This record gives sequence, C-alpha cells and structure tokens, in this order.
Amino acid sequence: MGRLTVKLGDWELDNPVIPASGTFGFGYEFARHYDLDQLGSISLKGTTKEARFGNPTPRIAECEAGLLNAIGLQNPGVHKVIEEELPKLRQVFHKKAIANISGFSVEDYAYTAALFDKEEDIGILEINISCPNVKHGGMAFGTDPEAAATVCRAVKEVTHKPVYMKLSPNVTDIVAIAKAVAQAGADGLVLINTLFGMRIEPRTGKPIVSTKMAGFSGPAIKPVALRMVYQVCQAVDLPVIGVGGIRDADDVLEFLSAGASAIQVGAQNLVDPWACPKIIEDLPRKMDEYGINDLQEIIGRAL
Amino acid sequence: MKNGIYEIVSNRPIALDTYEMVLAGDMGFVENPGQFVNIQLEGLYLRRPISICDWDDRTMTLIYKVVGRGTRQMAAMAPGHKLDLLTGLGNGFSMEEAGEHSLVIGGGVGVPPLYGLCKRLVQQGKRVSAVLGFGKQEQVFYQKEFEELGCPVYLATEDGSMGTKGFVTDVMAQLDYDYYFACGPMPMLRAVHAMGRRGQLSFEERMGCGFGACMGCSCETLVGTKRICVDGPVMRSEEVKF
Repeated sequence: MGRLTVKLGDWELDNPVIPASGTFGFGYEFARHYDLDQLGSISLKGTTKEARFGNPTPRIAECEAGLLNAIGLQNPGVHKVIEEELPKLRQVFHKKAIANISGFSVEDYAYTAALFDKEEDIGILEINISCPNVKHGGMAFGTDPEAAATVCRAVKEVTHKPVYMKLSPNVTDIVAIAKAVAQAGADGLVLINTLFGMRIEPRTGKPIVSTKMAGFSGPAIKPVALRMVYQVCQAVDLPVIGVGGIRDADDVLEFLSAGASAIQVGAQNLVDPWACPKIIEDLPRKMDEYGINDLQEIIGRAL
Repeated sequence: MKNGIYEIVSNRPIALDTYEMVLAGDMGFVENPGQFVNIQLEGLYLRRPISICDWDDRTMTLIYKVVGRGTRQMAAMAPGHKLDLLTGLGNGFSMEEAGEHSLVIGGGVGVPPLYGLCKRLVQQGKRVSAVLGFGKQEQVFYQKEFEELGCPVYLATEDGSMGTKGFVTDVMAQLDYDYYFACGPMPMLRAVHAMGRRGQLSFEERMGCGFGACMGCSCETLVGTKRICVDGPVMRSEEVKF
C-alpha cells in the first residue's frame, strides 16, 4: 500500500483522484494526453438505457468561478457503451472504472445496472439520481428520500457490484436522502452533483443556456460540496466520494478531512485537461509539507 | 492538443470592435488552417476559443471581436503579456479537396481562418477567390491582406457602404466556382449551404472545454452526432444538417 492508497469498501485505489462523470467522456480520448493508469479510477459518462442526443445548444455558460452546463445526458445508450466504448477504454486503462447510470424510471436504472453488472472492468455502479438537466427522472429521484431509496433497492436487486448513489445538492436536507439510501442498501455515496443555477444575458434578458436553468459546477461550489460531505459523513457510516469544485491537492486534503474516502475532479478537467495527473503529482509534496504520512490517516479528521 | 505559454507581440484594432493579436511561441502544433486555440484569461473560469487566422514558424495571428468580458480583457493587453493556451484544437479545413476554382467565403469574425487557408491554397497554385461579407464599412478588415495574396476579392456589406450591397450569397450567385470553404454566422452558413455546391463549413458554438470532453457543443449531422470542437469545427456540406 502506497501513501496515496485509499479504499472504497474492499476496493483499493492507488490514489483518491477520479475524473468525474461528464467531464472525461469514456476516458480513452484522454489517453493521448497522459497515461490513464496514473488515475485512481475513472467515472464514465452518464449512461442511459436508450441513446440520447441531449439538449439543444447552447449548453454551456460561464459563471463566477465555474460554469453552467445543460448537456442533458448525451450518450450512445448502454448497449453501445458496453459494445463500443468499454473495449476502447480497456486498451488504455487497466484498472476498474466506475459506471455512471441515469434513468427516467426505476426500471430504466435497473435495466442499465443489470447490463453493467456483467462487465468485469466496472468496479462500482454510480447511480445518478441528481441530474438537473432532464425533464423527467434524473433529479426527481434524488430530491425525495423514498424515491431515492426505491431506485437504490431496484439497482441492488440486479447487481453484486457495490452501488454508490450520487446525490443532488438541490435539497433541504441532504442527510435525510443519504440515510434513506443507506437503509435501502447503498454501499456508498457520491456527493455532490451540480447545483441548479441560471444565467441571463443582461442585454437581451434571455437565459443563456437553452434549458434556461442548468447545473452549476466549478470552484464556486466547493464550500457547499464540502459542507454536504461533512454533514453526511457525520450521520451515515458509508464510504463517500467527494466531488465539487476540486482543482488542486489542497482541495483533495480538505475533502478527505471532511470524511470523503476518495474524490472526483469535474469542471477542472475542462479548463486544464492535465488537472488530475497534476493533483496526483502534487499530493505527496503537500503531504510532506503538512506532515501527513498517508492519506488514510486523515480521512474524517475534521469530523 | 498541447498546452503552452505564448507572448503577445502586437495587439491592435483593425476595424470596429475588432482586434488583431500576434502571439509568439511554439507553433509545432498546427496541422491545418481553420484550427483554433483556447485561451485562459484572468478571473474567467472557462477558456475562450479563438480561431487561428495565420501562422508561421514562430508566431500566430488571432483576430477577435470584442463581444464580452473575455475579449474585452484581451483587447486591453499589451505586447509582452503572456497567455496560457491550449493549442492544436479542431480539425481545420482539408485543402486537398479544393476544386478547379474554389471560393473562400467569410462573414464577419468568420473571415480570419479563411485568410490562412486562402494564403496556403494560393501558395499551392490553386485557383481561389475570396468572398467576404460584413455588416458595414467600419467592420471590414483584411480586404487588403486578401488582395495581396493575389486572388480576386469580392466584398459585400449589408448596408451597401462598401462593395456589393447585400450578402455573400449575392456575390456567389455571380461567380462560377465548383467548391467552397465557408466560415461565418449560422444564417450565412445555412444560405451558403442552400446554394447547393460542395464544400466545407466551419461552425461556431459555445464550448465548455474545446477538446471533446464535455459534449457542450454537440450537433446533429447526417452521419450522427458530432462535437464541433473535436469532430469539427469544419464539416463537409454532404454531412451538415440545418
């Protein structure tokens, strides 16, 4: 075990750095830029039962220290992901990846999860019940404890892989949702998805993004994400993957201190494609500076 | 895609709200005219994609219109200032497909990438004419630079203050050509495409990353979904769906 090693349940990761779903495609295109095996794992592009084009453009807007996105779960559908995308990833990435699953009904989630369950290269299933950019499903499952638990149970029934529920921050009480899915058998949590936001063109008064409202991410949301990780880790005894505005090694140490066992880097991949390997390289230097021997010893030290 | 630091050699206004910036640095990344760079700016989270107008072994020229906070910041930059760029983005124009007589058709800030293209087509001995469209005389730029390449240059302005009154398509209708390369606003591209000849069109869209990761600039084509930043920005007329 190296000093960067962390654990998600039984799964040992060489380091806690994972590119977040939706900011890294299906991974293999980044292999032209660096060796993907440096990463802890990769969370793959959100996958649904059927292929989706996603929302009309514009799908992106600049914000203070972040961006709005309304991609709308563009993906080729689970069958094509398994037949075409995973084999391409397999050639350039030799660790287990994280499948990110979205749906528009409980049955959708179970259908997609059952197919990923058969894939050896998938370490855990990340169940996205928090996408703010689709009209039906998505975030609706993540804002109600009972609905969230129902999705979790349905997925658990069809898979032996660890099930991590990716929760929405757009709720009054994130702990209530976390407890509900923990009771429904979730093996872990991913906190947080994007905040629901908006931008309007001041000259014309028209919303900039085609869906009008969209998901807000980037460094601006880090304090919110950190707070939610902290709150949930105080209340629920499950491994948590922290995500939200992480851009450097210090941010990683903050999230681990709040209780996260691993972290995901999202928006930062879009402005610095080498963000993840840079963080992994910087971590030991920061740990030396702060007198941290290995990462496991600081997980939850702020709790 | 590469990441590099580039130093501003010059930065000057060349038309209404329009600037020309010359940057020096490693130019090993360039493959084709029509590619773009993504520029990191202070206090802004997302990079700003700008097409490459022209380049040599040591420098590249960017032409940009001041439309918001990013380009306003760029307009105020002095020579010597250094910029962090992602380079080698986008496919660019495929010059091999030029015809017996090709048109390069540019509208407004769509004109710049066509200059580098036109220059190279002329250098290769291809017969090429430039059709440039602007709103009004104050917005016209690079007319002289195109003329100095030695090819016929046709100008159109919407208000008729310079060249033909009307749009690039009004000029195109008078010309005999068998292939085109176009870059400009969506209505212009649609109208050029509707004239029915074969060619290549360069598209613009709000981008998150500029290198294919976020799917922010996807569009539907006749050959499936494409990302304008990596599968484009240049697409063939046969595959474009308006």
